[in-house]
Formats: sequence, structure tokens, C-alpha cells
Amino acid sequence: MLTLTINGQSRDVDVPEDMPLLWVLRDHLSLVGTKYGCGIAQCGVCTVHVAGKPVRSCQLTVGDVGTRAIVTIEGIGSTPNGAKVQKAWMEAAVPQCGYCQAGQIMSATALLDANPQPDDADIDAAMAGNLCRCGTYIRIRRAIKNAAAKSA
Amino acid sequence: MADTQFAQSDAYLSALIREVRSVPPAGVSLTMGRRTFFKLAGASAAGLVLGFRLGGTAFAAETANVDEPDGKDQAMNAFIRIAPDNTITIYSKCPEIGQGIKTSFGVIIADELDADWNHVVMEQADINPKVYGSQGAGGSTSIPHAWDQLRQAGAGAKAMLVAVAAGQWAVDSSQITARDSVLTHAASGRSATYGSLAVAAAKMPVPDPKSLKLKSRADYRLIGKRYRGVDDPKVVSGQPLFGIDVQLPGMVYATYTKCPAAGGKVRSFNANEIKALHGVLDAFAVDGTGMMVEVMPGVAIIARDTWSAFQAKDKLQVDWDLSEASRDSTSQFSAEARKQAANFPQKPDDNIGDVDKSFANAAKTVEAYYEYPFAAHVPLEPMNTTAHWHDGVMEMWVPTQQPDRGLPIVAKVAGIAPEKVVMHQTRVGGGFGRRLVNDYACEAAAIAKRVKDPVKLQWTREDDFAHDFYRPAGYHQFKGAIDKGGRLDAWQEHFITFTADGKKEASGANLTDNLRYSIKAPNLRRAKTMFPLRIPTGAWRAPGDNAQVFAAQSFMHELSLASGRDHVEFLLDAVNRDVPELVPKDRTVNFSPSRATGVIKMCADKAGWGKTLPKGSGLGLAWCYSHAGHVAQAVELSVDANKRIKIARILVVLDVGPIIDMAGSQAQAQGASTDALSTAMGLKINIENGLIQEQNYNAYPILRMPFAPMTIDPYFIQSDNPPTGMGEPAFPALAPALGNAIFAATGERVRQLPLRDLGYSLAV
Repeated sequence: MLTLTINGQSRDVDVPEDMPLLWVLRDHLSLVGTKYGCGIAQCGVCTVHVAGKPVRSCQLTVGDVGTRAIVTIEGIGSTPNGAKVQKAWMEAAVPQCGYCQAGQIMSATALLDANPQPDDADIDAAMAGNLCRCGTYIRIRRAIKNAAAKSA
Repeated sequence: MADTQFAQSDAYLSALIREVRSVPPAGVSLTMGRRTFFKLAGASAAGLVLGFRLGGTAFAAETANVDEPDGKDQAMNAFIRIAPDNTITIYSKCPEIGQGIKTSFGVIIADELDADWNHVVMEQADINPKVYGSQGAGGSTSIPHAWDQLRQAGAGAKAMLVAVAAGQWAVDSSQITARDSVLTHAASGRSATYGSLAVAAAKMPVPDPKSLKLKSRADYRLIGKRYRGVDDPKVVSGQPLFGIDVQLPGMVYATYTKCPAAGGKVRSFNANEIKALHGVLDAFAVDGTGMMVEVMPGVAIIARDTWSAFQAKDKLQVDWDLSEASRDSTSQFSAEARKQAANFPQKPDDNIGDVDKSFANAAKTVEAYYEYPFAAHVPLEPMNTTAHWHDGVMEMWVPTQQPDRGLPIVAKVAGIAPEKVVMHQTRVGGGFGRRLVNDYACEAAAIAKRVKDPVKLQWTREDDFAHDFYRPAGYHQFKGAIDKGGRLDAWQEHFITFTADGKKEASGANLTDNLRYSIKAPNLRRAKTMFPLRIPTGAWRAPGDNAQVFAAQSFMHELSLASGRDHVEFLLDAVNRDVPELVPKDRTVNFSPSRATGVIKMCADKAGWGKTLPKGSGLGLAWCYSHAGHVAQAVELSVDANKRIKIARILVVLDVGPIIDMAGSQAQAQGASTDALSTAMGLKINIENGLIQEQNYNAYPILRMPFAPMTIDPYFIQSDNPPTGMGEPAFPALAPALGNAIFAATGERVRQLPLRDLGYSLAV
């Protein structure tokens, strides 16, 4: 039995230590907001925060997470930047199919946590790991800038 | 596998593409009233206990609620329920695949109903074509197909509410006005909310749709404004919406492994080893139906969670019978096409005027060879379906573009009557044409019949790359003639494409109507050569047009240069030529030279056509008629010595009739342009000896944020024509506009996709 700290709550799970965090969240904890897309850290739809840093949960085994705090898309709205980013996403009507957006929001929030006023190059660097097959990038960039403007 | 089976699969897909491509006159009527809907909704919901958790409410129970005549919400018809608190629930009948239909459908109904949009709740309808008619999402047809039906649903419900108020107030219904879910009789100062009238209104006769007077454009209150997607709050907070998010009590997880070379069959596999693995519950071979669009042979692994199933799949060793498997090779196709390009077939498909005479008398002739590769769809949500075989019913949750067409196929595969299949719609994490085929739903049904618990079939991304219905490659040998007046006089095209049945083009491999109508050369000759193909092909966003327009409109640019005339002037002259043989005979085809002229002119104007650009910069333009839309696109860019392309600006001008949701339409225009840029720059599927070489996104460079254009400016000519779809038209003309801009900047002609094969890349 492993004990994880997810979105501020302690959760016990009975899974092998080598199971990626992604599948523990989705199949064992019913936190299905974190998505499966490629399984090889290429698409970013599985992005969560571990100890405040964005990670691809398809590559991080649950055993390696240890006691570090996990925040998922279901909990990110409880953080100041997460709430700002979600609001900016809705105001800019970013989503099309929406499947990648949880990962995009997790990456964008981590960016603002580390850098409250990112420029275009910062946004490129922080968001390069998140694919959007629908092509919502223009609105993602705008939403991040709008969220940052509200931090100032 | 017998060729006939390939042919059957292909015939199914070809018919599907034909259907979704032809836009019939709008006018599906409300053939059934609410009482029939109660009955059907009740029947389809029978035996459901569980919930796909949506906002804490059981999804099935939500639908079943409609069947409670004494419930608080009153059903006006199959699309609309009204609650006492004035909350209006509207059912969207078609799948939401990212095209924004769940929002647009709501806006259309709510406008006619004069509902208060702030108190409208959108829900997904279950699959019931008897009630709803077509419930697919493909070919950009959802809006044109449903336009009249949805407006009639809104107007019909409003008429029932008005009839009640007129009776209660003893006034003539014509004196009652509706706004924001409130009816008012101005003369007497009386008013009533829809919610207060709903109980009585629900008992009123359902009006004959033909008796309803629908709004004219000037009366729209909601249509044409900007909307946030109705599911956006759930999307941004990670709530369950998608097929992959479905979880049922006691659910188990499955993978399905098919032969990497299409058509291979299972001889045997290491069943004992697989069944002994941690978390694995069962493993078995499935014969399938042998149809690509249904179930091909493979091995199912059932496990307690997805990871255990995936781990076991990695250890799976199948002895494949490859005797009937694909040995297709794209490098061979490409080499062979180049060899055969000059051998124009004896028997042309089109032959107008006298092409040989035109060539003999021409001021100039131009010849060019174009090619583009196979492409995969790979939407970000990998294929999946949750199925539960219980009580003689196959209950399914399927992220699909064609649930209505998928349902009877699933029934056939499961060996049960269609009435015994209950299919729930989920949000779909990207379609792009991939999910017009319900193969994964059929596989889930075949597996579920052998598993007592609910089972979620989850494809890996590698499965998705290896078992797609690919956009076919194509090869075009062109010859054109310019007459002494500098006009397009002849067009000869040898199209080298693919066939699955040896008779006609494979799915998505035919020359499209767009080109038949829009290349108006007075002398025109086209013929095709078809290579046999085993790999399945299908509809890929703007089928045919998505690549053929690149070839045709790039060549038009070459011809314009040969003519010595301005490109835009040359295009406008060509599209307005009077060539009676090229006027569509099919009245449902809405191709219009004047609408084409409108978008080309506006695009040139907005792009600053004719302006002087610095050395190394260029402006390119192209247009298309695609999926009932008339579209022009322009790209302004610069190219450095290392062939790095910096996109300065992209413009897209569309005439798709009136816009329903301006924000959603802009998103589609920007998204399709981005998708087209991504595809033109980098996407290519290589096949060697029947094996798909690209297995995941690391080998298939979909455009990422650093390379995304900073601006894509959409413009809409909101003509009075009936509205048509936005999912596809903004794709096809981007690639030729890009190629034409590269020529303008560098003098190098792009005749091959993707551009990375020619050494081009996008600058950050």
C-alpha cells in the first residue's frame, strides 16, 4: 500500500511501485482529468505538478513520487495561478476538442508560478511539450498573457 | 483475406464519404413529437443503472428522466426540456469532436425559442436516429443538415408556450412577444416565464413544422455572437467528459492487438505466459469479421487496470499468418508513380473541348509533377470504447463521429438486434475523420460479449498509428496551356492514386468535386492510374481536398506566372470562365463563381496584395471550394538561407453563409489553418512491406507552440446563403498559399509535401 498526497488529500493505493502515476490517478483514484495521449512523454496531456514542478505522469512511476505533493487538473483551480489560468482559458474560449487542455493548463500554471511575466520565448519554452492537434496555440498564448496581466 | 472483404470495407467508407460530402437541401423535419420520444427514450434507457459521471449526475439517469411525465422538467420535444425555474435543457444530437457543435446547436435552437442563453444547459442526446435523424459529425455537414430541424424544434416549442399563454390570457397569440424565456402581452402588461408555462405547454399538440414561421436574419438575437464552449468549464477543470473518462462499477480494462501488417491473422500466441502476468484477468484470440471497418483478427488482453493490460501487451508474442497481409511500400509507390506519370492513360475520365489542339496553338505550355504522402489522423484521445454486455443489451460509451451508423454495425458484430444496442455519446477528443469508422467500438463489443464485467477497450498510441484509415498519398502530372490572350486554355491532369477493389478509387483517393468545378479550363482532360493498395484509407479532414488543392492551386500559380498576368487576376478570370460542362449538375452542390470571387478579392485586399516586400519575403494566395465553403487563404513569410521559414501572417477568408458562433468559427478557421500548416510542413506516414514506420508522435512532428503562427486572421463574408460547416473548408488552400509564398520569396517551387523532405523548417 502506498500513500500519496494529491490535491492536498492523503490517498492510499494498492498498486505496484512501477506503475506510472498517470494510471494510478486515472484507474485507481478516478482522477480522469489527467489524460493519456502517447505514453512516451511526447504530447504532454498527462502533465501534473509534483512538488510544484510540471511532470509527465506517464513517465513517472508512483514509487518515485514518494511523499512529494501532487497537484492535478482537478485541484489546480485551488491555487491562485491555476484559478487565473482556468479563467483566462474560458475567457479566450481556448478549447476545441479540449483533450489536451488539462495538460496545457498544468504547464501554463507552472510557468506562471515560476515566472509571473513570461515573454513569448518563455511561453514557447514552457509549452513546447504540450501538443494540440486542433491548433489552439494562438489562443493559448493569449490566455497565458491575459492571466499574467492579472498577476501584475 | 479475400479481396472482396477489402472491397466491402472500402465500399462502406466510400459511400460514407460520398454521403458526408454531398450537402442535401436542408429540411429534415421534426418527424416525431415528444410522446414518441418518451417511448423511445424510455426503451433505450431500460435497464440502465449506472452512471457516466457528468457533473455528479448519472448520465443515463439524466436521459431516463425525460421519460417521467410527472417529473419537474417538461419535454417540449426531443431537443428541449423546460424546468419550473426557467432552466432550459437543450439536447445536442451530434457528437462534439472539437468543432463546437454542442454550442452552435444550442445557439440555433435557443435563438428560435427566444430562450435566455444564460439559463440554457446543453446535454448530449443519446443515439436515436428514429427521433433525431442523422447524428453524425463528418464532412462539415452537421450545421447544414440540422439547420431547419433545429430551428423548427425551437420555434415549435415556442409556439406551444405561446398557445398556452394566449389561452390563459384570452388574447391572440400574434400579440404575444417572446424574449429571454419570458412571454409578454404588451397591451395588458402581462408576462410569464417559460418555466411557469411549461407544464401546460408540454400537453399542447406538437405543431406541424411546416406551419412554423422561422426567424429571418434580422431577427436573430443569439446567432452570430461570440460564445464560450458550453463544456469549457468542465474541460478546464478536468471533469469527466471524454470516452476515455468513462468509469463503471466493476469495470475491467482491455487491450487489443492486431497484426502490424493489415490483414494478418492470429495463428497462436503465448496465452499461458500472458494470463500469468500481474493484473491480467484473461487473454483470448478474436477471429473478427475480417472487415477493416469492423473487427480484424487479434488478441484481447483483459486486466484489472490499463497499465497491467499495456504491460502484458508488451510481452505478447503472436505468431501471425501473413499470407494475406499487406506488403504495401510507399517508397515503391512513389518511385513507380514517377515512372508512370508521363504515360497518360488511353481512356480519360473527363474530356472537354480539344486539349491537343489547345496545346498545339498555345502561347505557352507548362508541365509539372506534384506528390504528397500518406498521413495519419492521430487525434489526441486514443481510440477507446467502454462496453457492457448485460441483460441481453450491449450498452456502450463511444467517442465516435458516426454513432448512428456505428450502432447497426456494432449490432451485426455482436450478433444482436440493433434495438439491443444502447450507445451513449461522449465528448470526442478529436475526430479529423478518424472516428467516422467505428472499428474500435466493434472490437469493444466483440470483447465485451466474452467478459462478464463492463470493459473499457483502450488502444495505445502505437495501435492508433498502426491501424488508422490513412489519408492516401497522391501523384499528379499536370500540363497546362496559356492562350495568346494570357488566359488558361487547357488543363491536362494524370492523377495517380490507389484502388482497394481494382475497380474504383479507394476511400478518400478520388479526385474531388472541388477540382471538377473550380478548375474551369475550356479544354480539359483528366485520367487516372490506380495502384492496388491493401492498407485501409479513409476520410481525413477535408478528404481529397486536403492535398489535391495543394497540387492544383500551386500549379495554377505556375500557370499564372507563365501567363505573365497577376496571380489574383488570373484566378478571377479562370473561375469566372463560362464552361457549361463544368457547371455542377447536382443541385445540392452550391459552388458559386461569385462567392469564389468574393473570397479571393477580399483575401487579396486584406493581405495587401501587390505591396512591395523585402528580399527574401513573399506573399502567396490560394483558394478552394471545399465542403460547401468558399475560401481563400494568404500567407506572408520570409525564408532564410537555411530554408527556415518565418511566418509573418496568415489570413483566411470564408464564405460559409451566416456565422452561428463567431468565436467558434474563428477557432475553426485558425485551427484548420494551423493543422494545414503542420501537415504541409512535417506530416508523412511511411509504409514498408506493409508496416507503418511511424509509431508515435516522436516520429510524426505535429506543430508545437514555438512554431505556431503568432496571428491567423479570419474574415467571414456572411452571405445570405444557408449556413454550411466550418470543420474543413479552412484547411485545403493553406498549403498552396504557403508554397506560392515560398516561390514568391525564393523562386523555388514546392511540388512535394511535406516540406521538411525538401529541407524546409519553421523558424521559432
